[in-house]
Amino acid sequence: MPELSFASYPDLREQLLSKQTTCEAVTAAYLARIQSKKHLNAFITVFAEKALVRAKELDAKLASGKTIGKLFGLPIAIKDVIAIKDERLTCGSKILSNFTSVYDATVITRLVAEDAIILGKTNMDEFAMGSSNENSFFGAVKNPLDETRVPGGSSGGSAVAVAADCAMVSLGTDTGGSVRQPASFCGVVGVKPTYGRVSRYGLVAFASSFDQIGVFAKNAGDAALVLQVIAGEDKCDSTSSDKPVGDYAAASIDLSNLRVGVPKEFFTDALAPDIAAAVNTKLEFLKSRGATLVPVSLPHSEHALAVYYILAPAEASANLARFDGARYGYRAADVKDLTDMYVRSRSEGFGAEVKRRIMLGTYVLSSGYYDAYYRKAQQVRRLVREDYLKAFEQVDVIAGPTSPIAPFKLGEKVDDPLAMYLADIYTVPINLAGVPAISVPAGVDKQGLPVGLQLIGNLFDESRLFAVAKILEQSEMK
Amino acid sequence: MEYELVAGLEVHCQLNTHTKAFCGCSTAFGAQANTNVCPVCLAMPGSLPVLNARALESIIKMGLATNCRIAPYSTMARKNYFYPDLPKGYQISQFEDPVCSEGFVEVDTGDAKQSSLKKIRLVRIHLEEDAGKSIHDIGAETYVDANRCGVPLIEIVSYPDIRSTREASLYLQKIRQIVRYLGISDGNMDEGSLRCDANVSIRPKGQEAYGTRTEIKNMNSFKSVEKAMEYEVLRQTEVLESGGRVVQETLLWDADKMETRPMRSKEQAHDYRYFPEPDLVPIEVTSKMLEQITSSLPEFPEARRDRFVAEYKLPRYDAEVLTASRDIADYFEATVKTSGDAKQSSNWVMGEVLRTLKEKAIDIADFSIDAGRLGELITLYNGGTVSSTVAKEVFALMMASKDAPSKIVNDRGLAQVSDNAAIETAVAEIIAANPSQREQYRSGKKNLFGYFVGETMKQMSGKANPKLITDILKQKLDAA
Amino acid sequence: MAVTKQDVDYIAVLARLAFTDAEKEKLTDEMNSVLGYMEKLNSLDTTGIEPLSNMNDRTNVFRPDEIIPSISNSDALRNAPDKQDRFFKVPKVIEQK
Repeated sequence: MPELSFASYPDLREQLLSKQTTCEAVTAAYLARIQSKKHLNAFITVFAEKALVRAKELDAKLASGKTIGKLFGLPIAIKDVIAIKDERLTCGSKILSNFTSVYDATVITRLVAEDAIILGKTNMDEFAMGSSNENSFFGAVKNPLDETRVPGGSSGGSAVAVAADCAMVSLGTDTGGSVRQPASFCGVVGVKPTYGRVSRYGLVAFASSFDQIGVFAKNAGDAALVLQVIAGEDKCDSTSSDKPVGDYAAASIDLSNLRVGVPKEFFTDALAPDIAAAVNTKLEFLKSRGATLVPVSLPHSEHALAVYYILAPAEASANLARFDGARYGYRAADVKDLTDMYVRSRSEGFGAEVKRRIMLGTYVLSSGYYDAYYRKAQQVRRLVREDYLKAFEQVDVIAGPTSPIAPFKLGEKVDDPLAMYLADIYTVPINLAGVPAISVPAGVDKQGLPVGLQLIGNLFDESRLFAVAKILEQSEMK
Repeated sequence: MEYELVAGLEVHCQLNTHTKAFCGCSTAFGAQANTNVCPVCLAMPGSLPVLNARALESIIKMGLATNCRIAPYSTMARKNYFYPDLPKGYQISQFEDPVCSEGFVEVDTGDAKQSSLKKIRLVRIHLEEDAGKSIHDIGAETYVDANRCGVPLIEIVSYPDIRSTREASLYLQKIRQIVRYLGISDGNMDEGSLRCDANVSIRPKGQEAYGTRTEIKNMNSFKSVEKAMEYEVLRQTEVLESGGRVVQETLLWDADKMETRPMRSKEQAHDYRYFPEPDLVPIEVTSKMLEQITSSLPEFPEARRDRFVAEYKLPRYDAEVLTASRDIADYFEATVKTSGDAKQSSNWVMGEVLRTLKEKAIDIADFSIDAGRLGELITLYNGGTVSSTVAKEVFALMMASKDAPSKIVNDRGLAQVSDNAAIETAVAEIIAANPSQREQYRSGKKNLFGYFVGETMKQMSGKANPKLITDILKQKLDAA
Repeated sequence: MAVTKQDVDYIAVLARLAFTDAEKEKLTDEMNSVLGYMEKLNSLDTTGIEPLSNMNDRTNVFRPDEIIPSISNSDALRNAPDKQDRFFKVPKVIEQK
């Protein structure tokens, strides 16, 4: 069995093409690794047999001389909020714990068409609601770097799968930071593309105007390759963009032409000083390589979290109405009548955080409150977006910390929703604005826990983010 | 006290697109349960809607036909409520920016002699999706069929401009006529493609302020609409007369018991929590789109009626009847094209054709005599080949046959005899056989002329050209 | 605009969720703490600001009116908690007194 020590996907691909290894051997090694890291609880479903069958088919394809796909043999894990035909789709919830999808998400179709190998479905906060991956019906996920700590959320399982080498790459989803924050907590790369860049068809919606599928990888190049495959217009998603997809993997940049915006609103008292220091080191590195650091202001940042916790739960309250026990999913036993079926199936099927957000969302949309909350929040959302678009008239990228805090202890914040929500203050505004961002490892804090640097780009400017991220990786390797 | 009805109608009309509003499933009626379904209309987790272009085109047509303002920018919204036939737990509809607003239709509240036009204003017309079907009467449980989930609907909301149950019925007929003219819906009330709710209140005649209104649902036929509203006016009158107050509530019309009854309070406790649908992008109706759709519109009933009066010299009433339905009007015009005789074509279509359709309870599309054959029959009649009696006989034969009328006439020897010699022979025989009548006629009893015509026609088995009989008889009887 | 226990009761009915009294009390507090945090939005003057709901600037995304084969009845009912004869089966609405 080969060691899982591929530097990157191009390295693996080279070994596959030169017959130094096979898809089957690589897949078997990853499956074994998943097994050995089972205690991290990163996976909800592992495609043990199916992945091997698929790997053998791909080996045969290569042997037959047929054209192989861009992601040939790439072992990938998928957050269990993305539909795969004939596989369980749980969303980390009891209410869908026995649900099987009857269709493939568009991103799955695209990955399979390029010969990726799907290893399984990863654990997550229920319906992607959470920042610690403690809100899963299937149990909390542990951070491989310190197993007493959370991996971040909601895509904790996908971040851990990559960090613990259980998959080379994984897909997560990012509604308010759910890819970037766990990437930061687990010391890997996590990218959230521009809203509309990747089709949401087959992604179980949390908050439709925020959700985007993102990618975790050990390096920016692998994330770029995968994003390039899954991005692009989809006729099944009206909100997907028809703009052409760039060659992210090939992106490069001359730092002397780069203006890096440093928003003062991201460097406040809320930010732990050692995290600030780690981030500043990276900024200084960029400066030393010729980039210009430009102070910028994003004046409405302080309102972003409030806007987010009005709009996202509102959308969620409607998105989660379909889980009612009628056509699929959990139905409570011995129900008296229709209303009893609805109320008990939902009350027993959803966890506390999901119910809390449904209640909040229902409240802000209910008669008499729409204007005060929902409409007001949508207006401020525009102000937040305009902050970013204005800033990008002066700078090419914006850089700052991904999270104000280091990975915290399991159980530390479960009883304080507002404190948990505050962990997302630097990631949420990006989803409000719809712009892309990538979290890249930026050293460690004083406890040796990973720190993430967040690079934020202008709309559809993913190429530049990947180019800068690649340069930052070089500094990390030193 | 004398009270006056004040009512507004909300009409739901199912569009006749091939596919559903937001997915590619067929809208065909009568498929086996839960077979015209897909992840989107079943609200499978992760699925997303995409708007059917033809549904939008249809509502824009309706807006143009009802003098609405077509919004240059409109959005879809979610209307949230739980029901087993609503898989997503919300209906995709429109709230703040409907596609059409502020229009009107005109109904003719007059009679055959005197038309009297009344304008009924429209608040809005918006696009939404239909719910599925819940079947409650099979067993102890409710059975759900999602085939109808997502079929596109337009909802046409009128102002409270309706003042009588007859106006309500005329308005509804007008809406049906328009959607059928536009070809955007079959407009059948009994199949549920046209559904109507009414907001009904009464007020003392002469009073300006509106009374408290109730909403009546579940009126499934034109008759139900009239009956339910009549019932509700009486009920509200009784309430007021006995010193009570009308309670604002939703009522269901029970067509069997012929009464309205309140819906359960739970069913009414709605707080729909509308908000913009984040899965769909806004609709921008450009002037180019509007131009294209406008140019594709058919001639509307009123314009067509006026043209029929001007072009075919038809009485206004006849033109009104002929243009009531687009299919009938098309049929009439096609008949005129073949026959070249508008007056005769109008007589035939308004007479035999409409009578037959009514008797057989069928649509013109299912009528076995196409306009070409009818036109030919009229030509045969006009050319004297058949008498009016025989023409009606041929018409009856044509219904059971695909043959051309000329073939039927030939095969059965029904052609009118226009041969002077044959008629002269018959006339001579009849005069000879009735000497006393001839004498009476000659001595001034001119009304015996009809007797001679009848006898001659009888002699010729009804196939003689009546005009020739008349001419020859006159000549022979008056001669010598 | 403090959330009351009555509000929580009403919202729970709308959302088809049930809570114990203790849960309701906790939820009332939590909702107040989160909504209280949101009150600061009111310090912003948003007069004349168009609400933002369309996140990418596309409009007019349509599909042609063409039939796409539907899924099978068995796939439609595959996950149904209760079904019979091609139908989903749910309990009846019972009249509430």
